[in-house]
Amino acid sequence: METPAVHHGAMFDTNELVINMGPQHPSTHGVLRVVLRLDGEKVVDADVVIGYLHRGIEKLSENRNWTQIILLTDRMDYVAAATNNVGYCETVEKLMSIEVPRRARYVRTILCELQRIASHCLWVGTHAMDIGAMTVFLYAFRERELILDLFEEFCGARLTYNSMRIGGLPLDIPPGWDKKVLEFCMIMGSKVDEYEELLTHNRIWLERTKGIGIISGPDAVALGLSGPPLRGSGVPRDIRKDEPYAAYDEMAFDVPVGSAGDTYDRYLVRMEEFRQSLRIIRQATEGIPEGPIVGKVPRLIKPPAGETYHAIESPKGELGYFIVSDGKSTNPYRFRVRPPSFCNLQGLRALIRGHLVADVVALIGSLDVVLGEVDR
Amino acid sequence: MIDQFVIPLLKIVVVLNATLLGVTYMVLLERKVIAWAQSRLGPMRVGPYGILQPIADAVKLVIKEDITPVRADKWVFTAAPIISMVPALIVYAVIPFGPTIHLFGRPVSLYIADVNVGLLYIVSVASVGVYGIILAGYASNSKYPLLASLRASAQLISYEVAVTLTLVSVILMARSLSMVSIVNAQYNAGVWFAFVQPVAFVIFFIGGLAETNRAPFDLPEAEQELTGGFHTEYSGMRFALFFLAEYANMIVVSSVATTLFFGGWLRPFPNVAALHVLDVIPSWMWFLIKSFVFLYIFIWVRATLPRYRYDQLMRIGWKLLIPLAIANLVVTGIVKVLIA
Repeated sequence: METPAVHHGAMFDTNELVINMGPQHPSTHGVLRVVLRLDGEKVVDADVVIGYLHRGIEKLSENRNWTQIILLTDRMDYVAAATNNVGYCETVEKLMSIEVPRRARYVRTILCELQRIASHCLWVGTHAMDIGAMTVFLYAFRERELILDLFEEFCGARLTYNSMRIGGLPLDIPPGWDKKVLEFCMIMGSKVDEYEELLTHNRIWLERTKGIGIISGPDAVALGLSGPPLRGSGVPRDIRKDEPYAAYDEMAFDVPVGSAGDTYDRYLVRMEEFRQSLRIIRQATEGIPEGPIVGKVPRLIKPPAGETYHAIESPKGELGYFIVSDGKSTNPYRFRVRPPSFCNLQGLRALIRGHLVADVVALIGSLDVVLGEVDR
Repeated sequence: MIDQFVIPLLKIVVVLNATLLGVTYMVLLERKVIAWAQSRLGPMRVGPYGILQPIADAVKLVIKEDITPVRADKWVFTAAPIISMVPALIVYAVIPFGPTIHLFGRPVSLYIADVNVGLLYIVSVASVGVYGIILAGYASNSKYPLLASLRASAQLISYEVAVTLTLVSVILMARSLSMVSIVNAQYNAGVWFAFVQPVAFVIFFIGGLAETNRAPFDLPEAEQELTGGFHTEYSGMRFALFFLAEYANMIVVSSVATTLFFGGWLRPFPNVAALHVLDVIPSWMWFLIKSFVFLYIFIWVRATLPRYRYDQLMRIGWKLLIPLAIANLVVTGIVKVLIA
């Protein structure tokens, strides 16, 4: 392919260098492909190519019954499977007007927040690794392991949990599990400080993240960003606060927002979310009410004809499900996901233009995309 | 006959082998130390506590397929790893591991050669290694290595300036370019030059990190950005040569830092007779211990710090280190003249 020449004066003809980053590249976090057009080391323009992990989950779901879909949702954002489960089950519950018992809602809140911490652990590790600080990566994975152990004890799986049922939970929490969760909160609090010690005031980290990939609040809204990238730009939008689901209306927590909208602010927002999540987990675990774990659910799940959209705050942003039921069959007529990673990825091109190659990986990391969710 | 040929040859054999062994074990040390920093165990399978890992690595690399990309410039592609490895090894010719000692009733100096322009020799030979990296990037005929080799050459050349300027300050102190004389000058002065020239030492060490492509200046091989940098297209033993060259250069920088700033083979407080008890550790051991501390710091830095960006690296080099080095040199010169 001929590339257009960029003229710097009459003396030299310089060509843009087209470089293909991904889908097999160590820091595109899966199979993202970015075609960069470089002027020296500066990115003139970039094309983001996705679709390498497309499995047709939305279409598949139209041929599965309502319960079977839960396990398909595991495979979207595979680092936050429980959150996906909760989002889907709540959407169906909304469609069927099922009342979920309070105990189940509390456990869902705990699992969602544990999942947020696990997902952020993975993010802080890989993001720091992309910028060259490799020790944080292993520290963060060490703590993520503790969360996976908790999940394993709860539902038997460590990655794709299938941990929810429409109307409640598949199983009650094992005896003593809540104590272990509280213990984990104790450990994790100090570990977050440890990550921050390595990064937050590190001069190199500051130079690599401050002022990189600035996006203003209105621009972020216009691009459809959500979650930490949106809050990093100073927009205090958090579905847990604005449209509470599960048991978030009974929890006290703050929504951290940034001001500059750069990579550093997005980093700070997520680091604070670690602490807020721990706060929520502590409250929810100490206040788990007694009672049933599943609401009144018909034996055959067949929602009435109609459509509904329900969104939750996944670790990466607004995770929404739009489901149409024809009221006759035992599978959805249309199943559509609004994945936060996909929408946040729209911002990548605008963010990396004008930055250097080294910043590209920092920015991919700061958006925290999971390709399983982007492509579905 | 024996003094002229046999002993120097023996010394070359010993130094070369010790260096190569040291280099391979540096790799293991790095893996182990980083693993401990990251609360892991590191290599544990080959031999007790993984101490035979370098041998396994070497065997693996030797028997691996040696790929030359079809569109690569074959001769240059083959020559590049050699050009980077050889200078890294021949620098050891002038590094003094110890003073002249008596072995079997014969005086043996613990260095291969005491050249009167030793420091100049080190600087000039070490800079030849840059060509290996430039040529590797060019000959691979691939975009990522090309970008990396451009980065590398810019980085190495600009940090070379800062490092060499700090060396001049040391030369002013020692009034000699010979490595042995520099150590002796520190003995006579009764103080390690690191305490007289702290600025020069800091600049030298930072520059040393950059010149050996080590974190936080490991841009030319930033695997997160450039998928491995200039050796992306290399495999097998040729890749290993680049790898060994990097570690050999680390040892060179540590040895030079030890010699110039920390008294080389001298024990701490060499003029204080009360500390004679320290002489139970032989002089070459002191040299190794000091160098080892530097190598450890190299690894420690890598485990701790993120990586600088290319433009930031150049800014630090040209706008901070080089002016500082020049200022340090001028001040050293003025003070020298005033004292004299």
